Amino acid sequence: MKDPLRNFLDKIKPTFQGKGGLSYYFPIFDVIENLFYSSDKRTKGLTHVRDGSDIQRIMVVVWLATFPTMFAGMYNLGYQSLNAIEQLTLANTAFEKDWHWPLITFFTSLNPNSFMDCLVYGAIYFIPIYVVVFAVGIGCELIFALIRRHEVSEGAFVTTVLFALSCPPNAPLWQAALGIAVGLVIGKEIFGGTGKNFLNPALTGRAFLYFAYPASWSGDMSWVAVDGYTAATILGTAAQDGYQTLAYSWNNAFLGFIPGSIGETSTLAILVGLAILLYTKVASWRIVMGVAIGTILTSYLFNIVGSETNPMFSMPFWWHMVIGGYAFGLVFMATEPVSGSHTNAGRWVYGIVIGVMVILIRVLNPAFPEGMMLAILFGNLLAPLIDHFVVQNNIKKRLSLQNAQTQ
Amino acid sequence: MSNYSEILFRPVFKENPIALQMLGICSALAVTSKLYPTLIMCVALTVTVSLSNFFISMIRNITPSNIRIIVQMTIISSLVILVDQALKAYDYETSKTLSVFVGLIITNCIVMGRAEAFAMQNPPGVSFLDGFGNGLGYSVILIILGTIRELFGTGTILEYEIFPLVQNGGWYVPNNFFLLPPVSFILIGLIIWALRAWQKDQIEEPEFKMSENSPEIIPNPPPTPSSKGST
Repeated sequence: MKDPLRNFLDKIKPTFQGKGGLSYYFPIFDVIENLFYSSDKRTKGLTHVRDGSDIQRIMVVVWLATFPTMFAGMYNLGYQSLNAIEQLTLANTAFEKDWHWPLITFFTSLNPNSFMDCLVYGAIYFIPIYVVVFAVGIGCELIFALIRRHEVSEGAFVTTVLFALSCPPNAPLWQAALGIAVGLVIGKEIFGGTGKNFLNPALTGRAFLYFAYPASWSGDMSWVAVDGYTAATILGTAAQDGYQTLAYSWNNAFLGFIPGSIGETSTLAILVGLAILLYTKVASWRIVMGVAIGTILTSYLFNIVGSETNPMFSMPFWWHMVIGGYAFGLVFMATEPVSGSHTNAGRWVYGIVIGVMVILIRVLNPAFPEGMMLAILFGNLLAPLIDHFVVQNNIKKRLSLQNAQTQ
Repeated sequence: MSNYSEILFRPVFKENPIALQMLGICSALAVTSKLYPTLIMCVALTVTVSLSNFFISMIRNITPSNIRIIVQMTIISSLVILVDQALKAYDYETSKTLSVFVGLIITNCIVMGRAEAFAMQNPPGVSFLDGFGNGLGYSVILIILGTIRELFGTGTILEYEIFPLVQNGGWYVPNNFFLLPPVSFILIGLIIWALRAWQKDQIEEPEFKMSENSPEIIPNPPPTPSSKGST
């Protein structure tokens, strides 16, 4: 007994196959079918690894793992913005009201202490970003799938949600659309699609915007979703005056009551995501440990060296880990299986390289207060090289073992 | 005659020095953030490569082959010094913008490459045409880069406003990424992509093929040895 949806799909399937009239559009049919039913394609041949896991399932797990930080981020976005609005109203300062404003006044009562108000406010800002990013991202993926005749990969779903979460709350939508298009096309599709990209597509798009429109992607204007309200990033302030002068405690930063990009603020929620990823073995614990070790050692080194002019030298690692994009990048970007290292020993090195680089950039580079994005992209570039040396080393070891046995 | 025009125009699209031979990339990254200095650079390189081809070809029969590189370098650097001095005399501002990159024409692989590959084997007239054609090929790519980068980076072309900027009450938000040198890499990549979609014979053979995951291409499995060591 088949369900009606299956019947319908089976009925229209011949149109998309072989000599059917719409066979050119088979990838679109394929993605819709795969959305509801698991793929009926099976590997053929002599060897066969039996596993219930496939790309689709892995991607859905990552997507679900972003939910805690997504909701925490939306709540915090609303909380920060409503507090800012309260301050502005008390000080009788006018602020610009854009097309979000009618929705906000309709759905919320502008009360920063109400959980629902904050969440709804955040949703009013986040959902448009996500919808635009999703539509443009899937659009690009579909165009390439049709022309290149490859399957639409569920990887694009993950890329779009990660990209949307890495946007600043007040990001202009057209810039977000441009960014995800660059990320998916330049970062992934021109190299052959999912599985062949050597850079993380979401980060590629984010880096493009970071350099293209620094005012809205790393400046002071975008971190609180109230137009015209300026708030420096935590890392910017810390680089200027030292972390001791921050208006936020470590607990604030850990729980996520700080301004920042939508998905990156709550380290606690991100840790929930990490737990899901590690439990399902989607993320490699070696990479996570490697990054943590690299960070801790490098920041200790800087703590010991010390500096009188640069307050970032004295920032301890537990602060580094809760502010900026550190946790988000570590959990969702660095552990991406395609662009990271593929060998277990390589994963350690890859993680440590990222951990060292992020602290180096944060502490020593005056131009970029945030280093996680650049550190991960740097790690992505090195990953094939690291793997090469691991593989060569392994070959050498086994050869010498064999020689020792034959002699 | 068609032979001459082919020598002149083949390097423009068919055998473009940047897009096919991957030569002269460094100056393509460095000087193209505005169109005007780009044009000056194109003229400077085209003059140098045409004349260097011409003179190197003239003395090709009396150049001892073991010191030919030194002879070529002497000619090329004299020409570059001339170009540099002329630029300093007539357009000092641009020469400051281009800074070392005019001097670096000496080491530009296109100039050396054409001298070695073409001028040493061909008579002066044809060599001049070949140099000029390669200069054109270089210029085409650089002008495309310069136009795109200036247009999207600052909203202008040759300082003439095309997209009114937001700062001046217009609608265009300048894209700073296009002012950074690495964007030329991406743009050159996209140009190569477009060029190879048009001229299919430029596509290189893949270095290796991925095997399809199907039993057809797997060679017949070796017969399982039924009794070990019987052979």
